[in-house]
Parts: sequence; structure tokens; C-alpha cells
Amino acid sequence: MPEKSPQQLYDERMKRVLDAAALRVPDRVPVFGPYQKYPYAFAGVTLKQAMNDYECARTVCHKFVDHFQPDLDFGPIFTYPAPAMDILGWKAFAWPGHGLGDDIMYQYVDGEYMKAEEYDEFIQDPSDFMLRTWAPRQFSALEGFSKMVPWRRFMWSGWMSLDFFASPEMRRTLDLAVRAGEEMKRWWDSQSQYKDETKAKGYPLAFAGWDWPPFDILGDTLRGTHQILADMRRRPGKLHDALEVATRIFVEYGSGAAGEPLPLVWVWVHKSTREFMSDAQFKEFYWPYFRRGLLALVEKGVIPVVYWEADFESRLPHIVDVPKGKIIYHLSNTNAEKARDVLGGTVCLMGNVPNIMLLSGTPHDVRAYCRKLIDHLGKGGGFIMDSALMLDEAKPENLKAMIDFTKDYGAYR
Amino acid sequence: MTAKERLVDAISDMQEEEAIKLVKEMLEAGTDPQVILDASREAMAIVGNRYERKEYFLPELIIAGDLLKEIGILVKPRLKAKGTGKSLGKVLLGTVAGDIHDIGKDVVGFMLDVNNFEVRDVGVDVPSDVFVKNIREFQPDIVGMSGFLTQAFDQMKHTVEAIEKAGLRGKVKIMIGGAIMDASVAQYVGADAYGADAAAAVKLATSWI
Repeated sequence: MPEKSPQQLYDERMKRVLDAAALRVPDRVPVFGPYQKYPYAFAGVTLKQAMNDYECARTVCHKFVDHFQPDLDFGPIFTYPAPAMDILGWKAFAWPGHGLGDDIMYQYVDGEYMKAEEYDEFIQDPSDFMLRTWAPRQFSALEGFSKMVPWRRFMWSGWMSLDFFASPEMRRTLDLAVRAGEEMKRWWDSQSQYKDETKAKGYPLAFAGWDWPPFDILGDTLRGTHQILADMRRRPGKLHDALEVATRIFVEYGSGAAGEPLPLVWVWVHKSTREFMSDAQFKEFYWPYFRRGLLALVEKGVIPVVYWEADFESRLPHIVDVPKGKIIYHLSNTNAEKARDVLGGTVCLMGNVPNIMLLSGTPHDVRAYCRKLIDHLGKGGGFIMDSALMLDEAKPENLKAMIDFTKDYGAYR
Repeated sequence: MTAKERLVDAISDMQEEEAIKLVKEMLEAGTDPQVILDASREAMAIVGNRYERKEYFLPELIIAGDLLKEIGILVKPRLKAKGTGKSLGKVLLGTVAGDIHDIGKDVVGFMLDVNNFEVRDVGVDVPSDVFVKNIREFQPDIVGMSGFLTQAFDQMKHTVEAIEKAGLRGKVKIMIGGAIMDASVAQYVGADAYGADAAAAVKLATSWI
């Protein structure tokens, strides 16, 4: 048989994933995942280096994909552009060379970036709140935006307020914003160059967009974990009103992927785990808004990949209530068989080789675990092989075993 | 119902405004501040209990912790210096180097404190030598390491090795916690056990004392 062309491989890989997502039977179990910091560890490059040298990041990702050959590729998207973050003076983030060691994964600095008394401002006009209050709190370079007047007042004589542009703070912000913008353009150019290069090799990108559940939109970067959890008891009414706004933002975020050939939108779930709230709280504050948002995305033809975090076994009876064959649920640390018993036949399941096994086990352990997953979850489609959590560290031979074994044993013959 | 009983109820039922109002009233009426602290402690034990029974979750522990701080601010200026009372044992807590997540660690600290352990919390992003230094100074019975990211696996391992190297491993029990931890991680890093949640951490600590 003649060797397949990159275009054939590209189409085949895309179809494989689309079939699994739709609960059809593909040619074999797809295998891929968000390999976050791992490709750089594999190539012996620090995260700091990769975040500062876009060409280096691309080279590493090529090396990674050539060696492991997963079905879909993430490329260098997880290496945020450190030069742009430096120019912006991002206060709510720690990264290598900026509060963290050279090879430590970057992390959000949890905090209260929207105060309790600011709920109404956010609810009334989220864009204005983000622009004039939130952005200056997050980025020192954008502090000048606090000098603006709300743009909703600009009809008729609003232009008379434009003197704020002449303030020294605003001049500084405009200058830095342009510089950050230029740097972001260099980063995005590098991303699209990589996308073209990897497509020419036959690999589709694994993402067409990102999103966060409404509760996490409010909890991650606005109220902070401590405050949002307490808000469920302290100010449930305001929280509900803000969740309505956040649901609209969720749908807007994810809708960008509509119409893409592989419209996967990764939804990073953060504060839904069993510890963070009771089932009653999950049912009242988390799931209804999230579900409504997911359904709206599905309606637009988007395929949400919900990256549930940690162990969500207690939530299974709620989250099964979604349309059939339209959504992918990542298993994280949840017991795969229990998840299958409830969710199987409704959503495509993805996961969940333990990261500790990929780090400290042997290829033999990994193959045995993958065999069990394919036997128990892979029957009849609707399953994608991946690690339990985003991959930062592993023995290369273990990851290779996970991918190669799945390609072989996961074939639907 | 006495004022003290009402305060216990208000705190344990998450009635924050009512609790603070009661504390202020009691202080104005000349109640011994120690009575208020005793009531708080009693209420925290109830909160801890409800958490263990899965009636309360993180939001309630957070609110209880906030309330305790607020009551402390009101009461402390009027309090004569007094011992900290009984302690079951000492626990050193910290999130390992390279990881700045604190919620899980804070909740474990809160639950241990409620259950009469003396806790020293050395914060987040704690290098192994700081763990070692604090073991020497504080002489804990138990060391609790927290981590949220998978890179904590190797950092925990490294920290246990440093404790071993300092000749202190035999003096402490080590437990680990964090959403992604399990028994195989505990084995990999060389800890004695892992706790799935803060209630499990209390159970482990109690069983070791």
C-alpha cells in the first residue's frame, strides 16, 4: 500500500476524533492530550527559555510531535509570551523568572480582583468594569485605563471627556499597550506559523478555542477562590445575577470556534470538585449556568471538551443531563468505570492514565492500564486516550507506550 | 438560651452578622472574653464535625475561618495573656516549592487546629531546607506537605529526601495532600500516607499521636 499523504493523515486524524466525539465507531481509539510543559522537559529546554524564545518553542513542539505522533497537536500554545507579560506588568500571575524558578509551571496568583461591593458594576456593564477597574488591577502597564470615563456615556457630548488621553498615566499606558500588542503579534505569528507547519505534516491542532464555566469566570480572576466560595452563602442573589452575565460571556467565548473543521473548545473547570462545594451548591450555582452555556455552544456546532478537574464522581448524576454525542468529558482523577456507568452512551469520555504512573511507573504498567481502559471504556467508540491531568512530567518511554499501545490495541477490528 | 449558647449556634450555623453582633453585645455587657473564645472553639468543633459528615464543605470552612479571625480582633485587646490550652500534638504544614496554592493547606490547618493540634503553617512555595529548619525549631510530630500541581510529586520527594538527609525522618510522620494526590504518590515521594481531604488529614494525625 502506498504511504499516506499528509493531507490523508490530517483528514484521517480529524475524522477519528470527530467520530469518537459523536459516539460513532472510529477506526481506532484516538490518543492525544494537552501536553503542557512536558514537550520542553522532553527536549531539555526550560519553560523560561520556551516562553521567551518563540522559535525555540516551535522547534521543541516539532520534535515532540515527530517522536510521539499523537493524533492531535497542541503546539506551543501553552508557552505564554513572557516578553509581553513583562511589558504588561501582569501582577496576578507568577511565571519562570517572575516569581518562580526557570522550570516551574506558571500559576495564577489567586486574589480578590473584584470586590464584593463591585458586583453591581460588573453586572450592569461588565466591559466597563473589566476595562477601567479590573485591567489596571491586573496589569501595571494598564493602570492609565482607570483615568477613562465610561464609554457608555459617549453619545452626543462624550467626546468632550477625551482629555483623559492627555494624562501622563494614559500616555504611558497607550505606549506600553502598543508595545505589548506588537509582542503579542510576534507570538501569534509564531503560533500560526507552527499551525501551518504541523498541518503540512498531517497533524490537526487540538483546539479551536478555550473557555471557562460561568462560576469560574467569576471565581478565577474576579472574586478569587476564597471569596466566591463564601459568596454562595454571603450574597447568593448577587452571585446569581453575576452568573447570568458570566453565562453570556461563556457562550461568547466559546462561539469563536463555530464553523471550524474541528471545533473543539476546551473548557477548563476549576471550582466544581467535591471539596469546593456541596452537591446542593453545585446544583444551584455551578451546573445550571454551565449546562445552559454548554447547550448554547452545542447549538452553534461547537464541541466542548470539558476538562473536569480532580475527582467529580459525586457530580455524575447531574452532569449526565446533556445532549447525546455532542460533548467530550475529560475524566481527570475520577474512577473511569464509575464514570462510564453513568455517562457512557451520552458523552465521549477522555482520559485517564495516572500522571504518577507516567512519571514513576514502567511501560509495562502503562500498557496494562491502557488495556483496561480500552476494554472497559473503548467498546463501540466514545473514548479518547489521554493522561489524567495535563502533562508536565513523564518518562518518555511511558508516554510512548501509552500512545503506541493505544494505536495498536485500540483498533476497532 | 444563654448568650454563649446563642453565639455557638450563630457561628456554627454561618450567621455571620448575628455572631458579630452577639460578640459585641457580650463584650459591652462585660462578659469575660474567655467565654467568647470558648464559645468560638465549641462552634468550630461543630463546624468541623459537620464538615466530616459532609454537611459542610469548603465555603463553610472559609466563612468559619473568617469569623474566627474577626472575633479574635474584637476580643484580643481585652484578653489577659493565657496559655493556648491543651494540644494533641504538633503539625508543621506547608505547600512545597514551586507551588503557590494555599486553599487546601489552609483548610487542613483549620481542621487540625479545631481538633486541638498545634499547627505551624510555613506558607506556600516552601523550599525543602525551610521544612528542615522548621522541623528543627518547632519539633513537630507530623509534617504535612501540600501540592496542587503534578510538579509537586518530585518536589515532595526531594523534600522528604532532605528531611532524611538531615537525620530527622525518624522523628516525624509525613502526610501529603492535594487534589491530585493518592496512595501511589505517597509511596513515590516517601511519605507515610496521603489524605484525600482535610477530614482525612485529621484522622491520620490523630491515629499517629
